Amino acid sequence: MNNALFESLLRLGDNTLVIGHRVSEWCGVAPVLEEDIALANMALDLIGQTQMWLGLAADVEGEGRSADDLAMLRDVWDFRNVLLVEQPNGDFGQTIMRQYLFDQFHLLQLQHLTQSTEDRIAAIAQKAVKEVTYHVDRSRDTVVALGDGTEESNRRMQAALTKLWPYIGEMFAADAIDLEMATAGVIPDPASLRADYDAATRVVFADAVLTPPAGDFAHGGGKTGFRHSEHLGHLLTQMQWLQRAYPGARW
Amino acid sequence: MSDPRNEWPLWEVFIRGQHGLSHRHVGSLHAADAEGALKNARDVYTRRNEGLSIWVVEAAQITASSPSDKGPLYEPAESKVYRHPTFFDIPDEVGAM
Repeated sequence: MNNALFESLLRLGDNTLVIGHRVSEWCGVAPVLEEDIALANMALDLIGQTQMWLGLAADVEGEGRSADDLAMLRDVWDFRNVLLVEQPNGDFGQTIMRQYLFDQFHLLQLQHLTQSTEDRIAAIAQKAVKEVTYHVDRSRDTVVALGDGTEESNRRMQAALTKLWPYIGEMFAADAIDLEMATAGVIPDPASLRADYDAATRVVFADAVLTPPAGDFAHGGGKTGFRHSEHLGHLLTQMQWLQRAYPGARW
Repeated sequence: MSDPRNEWPLWEVFIRGQHGLSHRHVGSLHAADAEGALKNARDVYTRRNEGLSIWVVEAAQITASSPSDKGPLYEPAESKVYRHPTFFDIPDEVGAM
């Protein structure tokens, strides 16, 4: 098995799985019906992408596991998502801020992945990039609308940005696995996406009348699996309980 | 009921389906502005591949005829059968008209 490729696919699939699940937590309780449906649609897009990424990961691993096995039967320390996506929903503003911060990265990442030397990755990216282009359109406009909205909505969006700011850096922190795969042209070096990300987000924060915090401290440990935040375990408890309680249960 | 001043305006949504027909009214939704209404319409009304093109119109901008005027507005046409295109057989192959 190509371990670096397997790890990279887990990182892709676990990001979309965990944020997809987080977004799905709004189903039925979003502030307005239209947002409720939009969030559910986005969650479904992300879970759909997860099926493809983890399906390919399972193929590459070659030990007979399925995408469902990887999603539902791994524990916290086997997950490879960045810490940003496992952070709790908070209020609606915090959810939308987290979404925009991820979507903007996700779009840049997928645009590069469409050029991957690994054909199966390029094919998945080509499908996903259309969905994510819409996700970032929507989350960006909502960040601007709420940031440049009322005094209360601006305060909540600023609080969300301040809270989530230290989780941005991990998305761009390259490790040996990233560099091995980037050298082979399979994935982009995450650090190479940072300039475009900063340029795009700077405009959005300005339009949204939000002030990015000073400092570039970044939490780490999610994508390497070294140390997830406490929130991921709680999320998995919800997400996985059915397969844990009724092993092998199917629709 | 929440305070109506805190509600987004209502928008009427028109979608042109896959079959080259006209835009058809499919329902309404709330949104803060026209761009938001288009996005919401995309999410609420095109989830099952219904649409190729979306129009949104703020409901307040629509001028509607009054139901109580239906006598003077429509009844005069009922007696003028020579205007009704009911004397032609339309072949099935023509499809929707």
